[in-house]
Amino acid sequence: MELTRIQLMDGVYLTYLPARKFKTSLISAQFVTPLRTETASAYALLPAVLRRGTMTYPDTGALEARLDALYGARVDYTIRKKGENQCVGFVASCIDDSFVPGGERLLESVAALLGEMICDPVTERGRFVTSYFDTEKTNLIDAIRSILNDKRDYADSRLLREMCAGEAYGIPRLGDEAAAEKLQLRKLYAQYSDLIATSRLELIYCGSAGLERVKRALLAAFSTLPRETVRETAVVLPHMPRQEVLHITDRLDVTQGKLGMGCSCGSTDSAALLMGNTLFGGSSNSKLFMNVREKLSLCYYASSLYHRQKGLITVSSGIEFDKYQQTYDEILAQLAAVQRGELEDWELEGARSTLLNAYASMGDSQGKLENFYLGQAATGQSETPEELAEQVRNVTPERIFRAMETVQLDTVYFLQGKEEAAE
Amino acid sequence: MKQSFYERIGESVYRETLPNGLQVCIVPKSGFTKKYAFFATRYGGMDTRFQLDGKWLETPAGIAHYLEHKMFDTKEGNALQELAKNGAEPNAFTANSMTGYYFDSTDHFEENLKILLSFVSVPYFTEESVAKEQGIIAQEIRMIEDNPDWQIYMRMLQAMYSQSPARTSIAGTVESISHITAETLYDCHKAFYTPANMILAVVGDVDPYSVAELARRTLPRESGPVIPRDYGTEPECVVEKETKIAMEVSAPQFLVGFKCRSVQEGEDYLRMAVIGDLACDLLLGDSSPLYQRLYNQGLINTSFGGAYEMMPGVAYLYAGGDSRDAKTVAAEIVKEADRLVREGIDEDFYQRVRKAAFGANLRGLDSFENVAVSLTEGHFHGYDPFRFPEVFESVTREDIETFLRENVREDRMVLSEIVPKEA
Repeated sequence: MELTRIQLMDGVYLTYLPARKFKTSLISAQFVTPLRTETASAYALLPAVLRRGTMTYPDTGALEARLDALYGARVDYTIRKKGENQCVGFVASCIDDSFVPGGERLLESVAALLGEMICDPVTERGRFVTSYFDTEKTNLIDAIRSILNDKRDYADSRLLREMCAGEAYGIPRLGDEAAAEKLQLRKLYAQYSDLIATSRLELIYCGSAGLERVKRALLAAFSTLPRETVRETAVVLPHMPRQEVLHITDRLDVTQGKLGMGCSCGSTDSAALLMGNTLFGGSSNSKLFMNVREKLSLCYYASSLYHRQKGLITVSSGIEFDKYQQTYDEILAQLAAVQRGELEDWELEGARSTLLNAYASMGDSQGKLENFYLGQAATGQSETPEELAEQVRNVTPERIFRAMETVQLDTVYFLQGKEEAAE
Repeated sequence: MKQSFYERIGESVYRETLPNGLQVCIVPKSGFTKKYAFFATRYGGMDTRFQLDGKWLETPAGIAHYLEHKMFDTKEGNALQELAKNGAEPNAFTANSMTGYYFDSTDHFEENLKILLSFVSVPYFTEESVAKEQGIIAQEIRMIEDNPDWQIYMRMLQAMYSQSPARTSIAGTVESISHITAETLYDCHKAFYTPANMILAVVGDVDPYSVAELARRTLPRESGPVIPRDYGTEPECVVEKETKIAMEVSAPQFLVGFKCRSVQEGEDYLRMAVIGDLACDLLLGDSSPLYQRLYNQGLINTSFGGAYEMMPGVAYLYAGGDSRDAKTVAAEIVKEADRLVREGIDEDFYQRVRKAAFGANLRGLDSFENVAVSLTEGHFHGYDPFRFPEVFESVTREDIETFLRENVREDRMVLSEIVPKEA
């Protein structure tokens, strides 16, 4: 895939990914700003309010009717964390022109709508519409609270918050409930004006249209975007490892316990850590899967995740409450096994080909491409999936062991049932 | 091998029924790196009562899913590892009326396909290996029992159906799976994993002829009979109107379900699926007047959505999300259906929703998994899913109005609710 990255306007960049094989075209527009407690909820609220209406299509009824008429075009608002940046904006998509009966061209119309949502939202007396603000604020608070509903996500997020308390990486992508409660209609408009004028805008296109046509459509769509001095995005600060392991326990009325373990990585050899994590708990071939699940039948899931930007590895598992110690010991034993280099050749090559397969097939999904290139742009990196694959291909077992030796347990999180706690 | 070209959606399908009865479907996708294989049997959570060798068998709830877990065991070890060594990502799922095994890979496709076909067609269990799985699946069951989405959905089905096995959980219960033995698993494999009851669907840049040839060489030459199953006789009326429980959730949630007339298999099945989906969009989709009104009143939020589902002997339309007042939302849905039937559906609205639904169906063709699963469902239920553009054209407003009049009625409705636990 011939990737092109160009600057369209001051602080506005376009990542152009040409592809003819998809039924749809995708356009993403994302503002990238440093993740901060003070602004996280306000910025999380913005795309939801903007999604309610533009000057031309002032309510959701009119807006949805327009999207239907564009053959079910979609504009979804997104709020993501990339490194220690918060990315807020919209991902739009429409069916490729070649499938539109009558030869109508959709790209220009969808880009225009996207530009309008960002630059020309419906307002009353210089503020957002009161009822839109009120409803979306309630929805945001509900969304922040709803993390409780999926206990796995809840446990994963609790672990990260405790482990990275005081670091930007520990701030949830939607901000916290207390900050969301305090959001005000009048202030939000000022925050909006500031965001669109001073933060970097990343545009990503993936589809069959030529570069010139895409540039023209986007320049027209964003011609009224205000541009002042554009702020820098955040560079991730490394996690401060703890001297003593932090243990956190929560209690809820649940039938399954969740054990989470967070580790810091001293090494910066990220290709080696990525391989090491895949061997440890990153695939259905990993030490955790084969031992904690398959051999000891302790759980249905036990897996680990390498946080490349921050240099962390976190483990997530769901277990019987009384299997806490056994699972804890086994997870650490498997980490130690990877650190000591107790690996068979097939494990190593299996992990390598799992990662290579993932990189190679990334180009088959517009959604994955968008998410990947946004992450790269937001964190100031420029490797393509092919280049990352090359790094993985070149990692030696010695580099893996050396990198994994720097992995240290930092924080342990346990979600326990209420009855057990009473015993 | 028969090739069909579908001009309106730009896809081709190669189909062949092998001498042993296996259906093979290949969708060549040029330009994509990934190749996807899906091998499925028409056997799922609903199929607990069936006739084998002239005798009716009652098997424990959850057995199809248990069998799915155990199929990965081979005499030599485990197929997961065999596939993962080649960088393939294998997995499987059990639905109400099918079990599917699949992988995607960028390299060694034919080698991987051979492994897939072999491990699914050759069972290998011991009493010990079957017993060992109890712990893993018990934790999977515990995990879903803590999941409010699953609870509210199962409880809705149980309120609707008294006889149909749609009311039993696909994974069964910790108690029901304790009765599963190696012998019952062998019986179920013999009954359902026979070529004439199965399909192989492959999507990607492959040579259709060599895929079919490989299946011919690898699989058994002859098929067992396709055996009778018993789904009970389901009355038209619902079991109970309302069901409610308290769980650890952040906000009250609900699902309202309408027990619809079940549908005969064949071309009508696809037509009914299209009618049901359109009815759902027109009644309560994002761009419907009802959605706009309820959203503006704060009675629903973006979590609200609905769908129309069909399985053997069963069909229902359902909708739900978070709401502080589920009863009012349910009543409003019935009232809106009444209004649409009484006043007739607005022609412009109908045309625009149909356009959007066409776009959504086309969009689905970029997902290999979705393509393979659609072809499988089409094969099992006797229709061609790629004919959706023609079906969309044949459906009229009157069809939708008839559907709403017959199905979306107070006497066919059930309401399933979850409320937060008192602290």
